[in-house]
Amino acid sequence: MPMKITNEPKDTTIIITLDGELDASSSVLLDEELSDPEIMKYSKILVDCKNLHYISSAGLGVFISHLQRFEDAQIKLIFFNMQEKVRNVFEILGLDLLMTIVSNYEEAITVSNE
Amino acid sequence: MNNFIRVNCTKKNLKPIRDFVSGYLHGLSLSDILTNQIVLAVDEICANLIIHANHEDPTKFISLTIDLPKDMIRFEISDNGLAFKRSEYKEPDIGEHIKVGKKGGVGIALVNRIMDKVEFRSSDGRNTCLLYKKIK
Repeated sequence: MPMKITNEPKDTTIIITLDGELDASSSVLLDEELSDPEIMKYSKILVDCKNLHYISSAGLGVFISHLQRFEDAQIKLIFFNMQEKVRNVFEILGLDLLMTIVSNYEEAITVSNE
Repeated sequence: MNNFIRVNCTKKNLKPIRDFVSGYLHGLSLSDILTNQIVLAVDEICANLIIHANHEDPTKFISLTIDLPKDMIRFEISDNGLAFKRSEYKEPDIGEHIKVGKKGGVGIALVNRIMDKVEFRSSDGRNTCLLYKKIK
């Protein structure tokens, strides 16, 4: 199954939905999505991980490489609906402490408004 | 159970390798998290071999053999590309990666943290990576 990435802009928020597996082959699509200058228009990027079934270091690396740029621009990056096995991969590297991962959409909205 | 796969060096082959490893692990009744971790470790090594050791040259091949020594699972991944130099490897500082916007360099850290033993051997142009994980 190839990776499918969709986005849904809503005012100052953009929801990015990941569907599939983020590996060394497919993570380039995510990089293109996050490198789009348009994304800097938003103040909140919510990443729906419900259908993200797998992530490797290449996928993590894409998020790692954009994190500081978003922080500098005061853009909040929030992950939600993440499967336990995927969250575990973030945890192995301690990325769960450096990135914002919440349980569900409602919590993502709450945290994004803080 | 089939315990051997050989693929050429394109990134598109990472998915078939993961499916092969998942299929093998399926019979071992491991947890979802452990299964995913093991698949990830093998994927990371194969990605490094395909991309860095063999520069995604589709005329080159990597092979993977899985076996089950006592209470363990062992993966033997071989290629004829550039050998991994463990002496030059440094554990990544993730905070620093974030600061400078670095994309790569955390794969081997994942492998080291997931697996119980990781070995790299080279002789006569043939490189072998051995990954061991206790499963009982």
